[in-house]
Amino acid sequence: MTLNRRMFMGATAAAMAAPMVLADGHGKPRVVVIGGGAGGATAARYIAKDSKGAVDVTLIEPTRTYYTCFFSNLYLGGFKQMSDLGHSYGGLAANGVNVVHDWAVGVDRDTKTVTLAGGASIKYDKLILSPGIDFVDMSVPGWDITTQNAMPHAYKAGSQTELLKAQLMAMPEGGVFAMVAPPNPYRCPPGPYERISMVAHYLKNNNPTAKIIVADPKPKFSKMGLFKEGWSNHYEGMVDWIGEDFGGGNVSVDASAMTVTIDGEETKVDVCNVIPAMKAGRIADIAGVTDGNWAPVNAADMSTKADPDVYVLGDASQQGDMPKSGFSANSQAKVCANAVRGALTGSKVFPAKFSNTCWSLIAADDGVKVGATYEATPDKIAKVDGFISQTGESADVRKATYQESEGWYSGITADMLG
Amino acid sequence: MMRYSWLLSTVAAALLGSPATADEFGDPEAGAKVYSQCKGCHQVGAGATHRIGPHLNGLFGRPAAGLEDFKYSKSFQRAGASGLEWHAETLDAFLENPRSYASGTRMSYRGLKDETDRKNVIAYLRTFSDDPANIPEADPTATPTDHDIDPVILAIQGDPEYGEYLSSECTTCHQASGGDDGIPSIVYWPEDEFVVAMHAYKNKQRKHPVMQMIAGRLNEEEIAALAAYFKNLDN
Repeated sequence: MTLNRRMFMGATAAAMAAPMVLADGHGKPRVVVIGGGAGGATAARYIAKDSKGAVDVTLIEPTRTYYTCFFSNLYLGGFKQMSDLGHSYGGLAANGVNVVHDWAVGVDRDTKTVTLAGGASIKYDKLILSPGIDFVDMSVPGWDITTQNAMPHAYKAGSQTELLKAQLMAMPEGGVFAMVAPPNPYRCPPGPYERISMVAHYLKNNNPTAKIIVADPKPKFSKMGLFKEGWSNHYEGMVDWIGEDFGGGNVSVDASAMTVTIDGEETKVDVCNVIPAMKAGRIADIAGVTDGNWAPVNAADMSTKADPDVYVLGDASQQGDMPKSGFSANSQAKVCANAVRGALTGSKVFPAKFSNTCWSLIAADDGVKVGATYEATPDKIAKVDGFISQTGESADVRKATYQESEGWYSGITADMLG
Repeated sequence: MMRYSWLLSTVAAALLGSPATADEFGDPEAGAKVYSQCKGCHQVGAGATHRIGPHLNGLFGRPAAGLEDFKYSKSFQRAGASGLEWHAETLDAFLENPRSYASGTRMSYRGLKDETDRKNVIAYLRTFSDDPANIPEADPTATPTDHDIDPVILAIQGDPEYGEYLSSECTTCHQASGGDDGIPSIVYWPEDEFVVAMHAYKNKQRKHPVMQMIAGRLNEEEIAALAAYFKNLDN
């Protein structure tokens, strides 16, 4: 058979119209996901589930049991047990995801290879990073990783959360619980204030003369009106919030003396919860896709500005208007999964739609929420519409909001982990 | 809110020169006859008590699921907590198609399709609520509303593949397994009911703020696609 120009053109056109399968001499296209939280687990599950075996999906996650950061404050307040927050990766494995419990320590974007602490290396066609957050060194003078046992951050759920609870329970009568709140942007904007509420709830019932002080570098915070109303309704006189205007950002700590110095005034405290400034989880830095503390991404598919074959989801991404939350990461993961699967198998790619809702518990049956929808624009993920709980709502509405948050917890954990 | 919107729409109608004629309000006497369909389960009037359904005295202005001594369906407890109150407009929508309006209601009544019958029975029920019917601040006996979904919208054939993608936004809260731990199940819904419910959120007839927001940006094709997908969800 002679190959004439017309046939050649036809074949080329067909090849170009066909899905871009990045086979590169191996069999199925390969997706590697680093980080098994709300972003990574969801992306891995959706790509494996929807591609029905057409894509190899490997999830790299060092921990065997995933403790959700969301609802971990409810453990501090006594509304949840630690075991309620723990989930295994067995459901993902059963959904066809190759779950590898190891640390990713290297990413070579030229050879498209991820190396693991255990020595193995894994090739990818598409790499999804969902590493969550790490802390910015020296953002709170006097605090670093060597002092986190004396002054826990408890901002990655697990042993740190249990430690903070133990310290809360061991507080002397009438003692002082201090929090150093983080600057923007950070994981879970209402999180520190829900935590204050849950600590106050515990103390009100167990140590009612204790006090809480919060040093905050911000002039205002998420759901501020709702939290302040709740603190005054439920915990009158217990919470002293020191914002930016009163020097809340000028803070240092001394972990051996257990003191906090706020705007020059030193206070001896019994528990000190330091939530430092945050940045993308380190593997994003190693992969070279960060710019400053976070990884800039394209809103349409969560691919990084640095590399179209590397995606960043959730807290580590710099995407625009969405808060850093588990709900957001889960939402972004579905948009990303749809785009990645389309690129690898030719499946239909639908337009990006994002949404988020954050529920917080202020006291027993006093739940509040804030949420918004978002769309992809050329510049960023942009907010479309939103709502927030109102001050002065009835007890029935607040109770229904809390019950709804319980429903959401079951929903999102099933959606992530199968 | 309902009263207010009624007042506003009445004022608007007056300004536009379309007179509020008497026949926009129902006839309580005719409504008494229509009510015979209801009285097997609902008592109304002096000495009325709960039967299979709650009594209907003082219904206007009452929050849904608002009587403490009656055990309501979860669906109505949620609707009440989300701010649903009984007024002519909400009763009209509910009576037209109870399950579309409150998916999990235990009221096993298929709905009152005739608009005049609905107006009349609402006018009848109105006589058992306290506010005088003829002062502006009170509930109207009935307001003409058109909350029917355009048959063209109901006839849209949804694309289940698009629906599957869109459904991933739903399954963050509504479990694909159909489980309900505080957020209702939405699997295996008849397509029509799904479409009517989503448009009721989109048009803010149903109160829930999250659902108003989510439905608010879905277009007609997208709602049809979701309905087509959830109808057949089999996992």
